[in-house]
Amino acid sequence: MSSRRTFLCQSAAAAAMLSSPWIVRAQSAAPVKVGVLHPVTGALAYSGQQCRLGALLAIDDVNQAGGIKSLGGAPLAAILGDAQSRPEAGSAEVEKMNQEGVSAIVGAYASAICLATTQTAAKYGLPHVVDVGVADQIVERGLTNTFRFGPGYRICSERAITDLAALNNAAGKPAKTVMIVHEDSLFGTGTAALLSKSLPQHGFEVVDVLKHPNPTRDFNNIVLRMKSANPDIVIPANYYNEYALLLRAMRQQKVQPKAIYSVLGGAASSYKFVKEFPDIANGIIDCNHWFNPKDARVAPLKARVEGKGAYFSYEVFMTYTSVLLLADALERAKSADRAAIIEALASSTFNEHFMPYGPTHFVNGQNTGAQPLMTQVLDNDIKVIFPADYRQTDAVFPLMT
Amino acid sequence: MLDSTILFSSVLNGLTTGAVYALIALGLTLIYGVLHIINFAHGAALMVALYAVYLLKDRLGIDPYAALPLVVAGMFALGYGLQWLVINRAGNGKDENILLVTLGLAIVLENLALVWFKSDTRTIDTSYALSTVAIGPAMIALPKVIAFCGALAVAAILFWVIRSTDLGRAIRAVAHEKQGARLMGIDVEKVYALSFGIGMACLGAAACFLLPAYYVNPQVGSGFVLIAFTIVVLGGMGSFGGALVGGLLIGVVESVGGLFLGDSLGQMGIFAIFIAVLLFRPRGLFGARG
Repeated sequence: MSSRRTFLCQSAAAAAMLSSPWIVRAQSAAPVKVGVLHPVTGALAYSGQQCRLGALLAIDDVNQAGGIKSLGGAPLAAILGDAQSRPEAGSAEVEKMNQEGVSAIVGAYASAICLATTQTAAKYGLPHVVDVGVADQIVERGLTNTFRFGPGYRICSERAITDLAALNNAAGKPAKTVMIVHEDSLFGTGTAALLSKSLPQHGFEVVDVLKHPNPTRDFNNIVLRMKSANPDIVIPANYYNEYALLLRAMRQQKVQPKAIYSVLGGAASSYKFVKEFPDIANGIIDCNHWFNPKDARVAPLKARVEGKGAYFSYEVFMTYTSVLLLADALERAKSADRAAIIEALASSTFNEHFMPYGPTHFVNGQNTGAQPLMTQVLDNDIKVIFPADYRQTDAVFPLMT
Repeated sequence: MLDSTILFSSVLNGLTTGAVYALIALGLTLIYGVLHIINFAHGAALMVALYAVYLLKDRLGIDPYAALPLVVAGMFALGYGLQWLVINRAGNGKDENILLVTLGLAIVLENLALVWFKSDTRTIDTSYALSTVAIGPAMIALPKVIAFCGALAVAAILFWVIRSTDLGRAIRAVAHEKQGARLMGIDVEKVYALSFGIGMACLGAAACFLLPAYYVNPQVGSGFVLIAFTIVVLGGMGSFGGALVGGLLIGVVESVGGLFLGDSLGQMGIFAIFIAVLLFRPRGLFGARG
């Protein structure tokens, strides 16, 4: 796969999407400017570009379906911004977008960037829909302009632990011991601390907690210690590269726990990982952002994303649905005015989406229905195994060895 | 909980990692020994070689080990050309200029990689990636065993070239006494370019041995180059034997240190040794006196 070609394709597609509304609807209502703000360069570039792809697809879909009908079919016009993987750069982009007169902003993927951009947007009473940003402080600072469609970190980790316990109980409690392997920055350390505190309350013994830096070149030491401790469940809390190296080393050293389980795992529910490492991906479980697998709208969208040479990753569908949420609020607000949009978002009961959240219900800017789903890689695909309402297949647990 | 089996595995694993470190350090120490410059572009050049191996496998389906002669030759040509056409000219014979030129090259190469490949991490999938070899009670990944043997073989060839060929004698002569070598009719600029080429060729070999068990992204070189610098100083600047022994030693220290102290702290062992060597044996383990 040529990334340069992919990039050119995506850029061309983006350009086409951006230009077409004016060509088609030049004579109709004035477009509503929407800030699309993501870290498309720097360390988070891959995720940021995936987010941008999702946003542009959603804007295209809204415009194809006739724009915002309550505004006389006004199309959405994307104002693109690059947060350069730095919070202060994200803030600067919000300032620029404010001057360009955007009605609302959708972004900005990473928690640290979202913390900065929502605050800057609040200065101007500018509505900000947070697409991913799982840190709970984002919606706990009393900012009235900030709305997060997806689940936060606390709900994800609580659900991950109760679901793991439920999974284990249903299988007759085959797993008693757990080993946590985490990267040593905020995400991994925080997850490890939370898990090692709450897992014992559900009857699991945490036999060891091992941390590693980013990047780690070699996971054999960790796997050797794993081999010696022989835990029933291994919980990796790290990013894509280290997750892949860890699992590869486990396979080489023939360490096969009863489950490999992640919370917001770096690669555990990633089509890229499944494609690149089909053998070692098989059976891994993740509790992460995921779509309702029974919704008919998912498959065509996934095909469109793949048609552009990209993976249908959580960044794509989280930002896609966040833009649809904003479009729905514009429809309800019957205005491109910022205060009216904030009011419409706050009272939103948006249900035309494919996430497992039900109709939106915002309390202090958090969509209370938002939840993660538990997925497992089975037969080179990612299947939902928990909870029952969305289950596609039964979990394979414990894993056959 | 640490029994002798785990320790044994960890030492073997450290040796296999260390052999690749040694290969990277050999290139660096050769360039330092002959040209008396520290090549800051070494990490970026390793990254270029890794992308070359990745592209050969991904686009043309050439196995990384089969690609070895190709990548080594390509990296040699690149190194020769860089020294001959860029570093030599831009440096104007001043060491501080040359330092800046290599640093600039590193920045240019890394940013070109960012533009062409984005910061996305790439891996290759080979049929043997997950195979292991049982050595006593230890299981060592097949790519790492091949890397160990391959790195030692490349080092042996390099030793032979330096010790027993006319080219090697010329390189040693230039390293010792540039003016004297010139008076003896040795083309010093050509020896510089050849040495730089050979140093980069070592990176080409290292890349072929590394990628089957590792990954590549634009920033991948920086982690290795720091270790390679440590090895070069540890072994003695410009010493080949020192680079080889130093590489293996660092590999084992990193691995066993990680086992006892955890991987975040284990890397400290490398630098503790580094400081100890500088304090008690400043010329390095195998460095020449004076």
